Amino acid sequence: MGNASIVRTTGLTKRYDHQTAVDQVSFQVMEGEIFGFLGPNGAGKSTTLLMLLGLSDPTEGSAEVCGLDPQKRAIEVKRLVGYLPENVGFYNDLDAVQTLQYIADLSGMEKKKIQSSIEEVLTTVGLTENATKKVGAYSRGMKQRLGVAEVLLKDPKVMFLDEPTLGLDPDGAQKLVELIQSLNQERKITVLLSSHNLHQVQKISHRVGIMIRGKMVAEGSIEALAREKFGLGEEQYSLEEIYMKYFREG
Amino acid sequence: MHGLFAVYKKELSDHFSSFRFVILFALIAMVSFITTYMAAISLKENLEGVAKPTFVFLMLFNTAGAKVSMVDFVALFGPIIGLVLGFDAINRERADGTLVKLVSQPIYRDAVINGKFLASATTIAIMLVSTILIISGFGLTLLGVVPGSEEILRLALYLLISIFYISFWLGVSILFSILFRSIATSALASVALWLFLLLFVSVGASVIANIAAPIDKRQGADPEVVMENSRWQENVSLVSPMVLYSKASGTLIDPMRKSTQSLIMVSGPMEQISMSRFQNPLNFGQSVLVVYPYMVALVAISLICFAVSYLVFMLQEIRT
Repeated sequence: MGNASIVRTTGLTKRYDHQTAVDQVSFQVMEGEIFGFLGPNGAGKSTTLLMLLGLSDPTEGSAEVCGLDPQKRAIEVKRLVGYLPENVGFYNDLDAVQTLQYIADLSGMEKKKIQSSIEEVLTTVGLTENATKKVGAYSRGMKQRLGVAEVLLKDPKVMFLDEPTLGLDPDGAQKLVELIQSLNQERKITVLLSSHNLHQVQKISHRVGIMIRGKMVAEGSIEALAREKFGLGEEQYSLEEIYMKYFREG
Repeated sequence: MHGLFAVYKKELSDHFSSFRFVILFALIAMVSFITTYMAAISLKENLEGVAKPTFVFLMLFNTAGAKVSMVDFVALFGPIIGLVLGFDAINRERADGTLVKLVSQPIYRDAVINGKFLASATTIAIMLVSTILIISGFGLTLLGVVPGSEEILRLALYLLISIFYISFWLGVSILFSILFRSIATSALASVALWLFLLLFVSVGASVIANIAAPIDKRQGADPEVVMENSRWQENVSLVSPMVLYSKASGTLIDPMRKSTQSLIMVSGPMEQISMSRFQNPLNFGQSVLVVYPYMVALVAISLICFAVSYLVFMLQEIRT
């Protein structure tokens, strides 16, 4: 694992008219790691991700993704970062190949490479057999995998996955998590994974960050957080127990 | 630029494979077939044995064969084409959750709205061009007249302002699709605005005209006041893009029309003599001069409308 940080924010803040969605958030994601991004609904995780992509301007503070300022160089950042939004949608009357073709066109891929890249990512996510089926007929699990395929098509350095396992059956969620882990290990893609499934996050994350009501209340490896909350020699506590303790205090 | 082109390509192929395009095109093709056929039949009867007036070909477009002429039809129902192509442009992507995905690709955000607008405008242009070609083909076979170069010029300019006119309505509906989250709301708002401008502007204009220049019926109308009243009415009703467009296109298509005003009072005997001497059609340049302000206004309102949608879209939070 590299030591350089690939995402770094300093005092990142987003205020809407009456409320502060993200409040002075500073954290880092190291190159090559899986970073579990946790927090209750409405804690500001998605807003933070949007600011990291340059899709939303921070009120205060700054962010750096792959050494670039997403506010000023959004296009370059978006070329390096694959983003799978929460509840991602698809054009229901296109099939998987057409969907990926559109994404390839949008990211300005070379015409010659598109065909082979599409086949490759479809194999990676295991959708080759359903490649010519309309996306409208896909199950939720298949849609999420197609979402990952869209992200992979860009050959990203970093993936931001916002609740990728939400609403999936246990088996589908398990497979998706394994896919994410293998991408991280084999392709060395850094992953920023936001999820409510703490059990799965614990299994694959190297480090986690916990965000509550717009504030990043904890950042570090699970063992380190356990030590911090429950004392020395208490590393056996699960992520769920740690999270609940933070949540009650926050 | 690749982003704009990718969105344009996708939207265009969406339009061409969509039911709404097929329905719209079928409707327009049907109406233009019927109106032109009726127009051609009545022209044929009326012109039998008479020395042919110049510009017979253009009369295909402005003769009311079956209740309305082609020109009127575009003025009244052309807006529907623009509205139907644009009313769910942005809010459908938002509802389907594809908008966030779209803008998280390495493209500028304006590529989305520009691509959508251009694709719909292209669709409109294709519809209008093919309709006019169909009518022209009809004219050639039914009437046996060939359009002269000036007639072709007039038709080309008519086509251009029609595209701008319908694009204005496209801009309106895209604006509504940005402003309103719900697709049903934006569709209703578009239709409501169309109906309002279609039906109520003329009523409003006559109310305002009667307040500003009341005609006293008991004493017999004073010509000055009648003129004043009519001027008020015409100017106020120009608020409606339909009036703006139908005056411009009507004057452009009919070389015998010397003015966009419908009521011209000629009182003095000398003036009447000069009017009667002036019975030749206007040449192309003069017609253009007459409708020039109308054309500029049409282009301006379509551009302003699109500019507003562009701004609102660029400044809007992408989430929510």
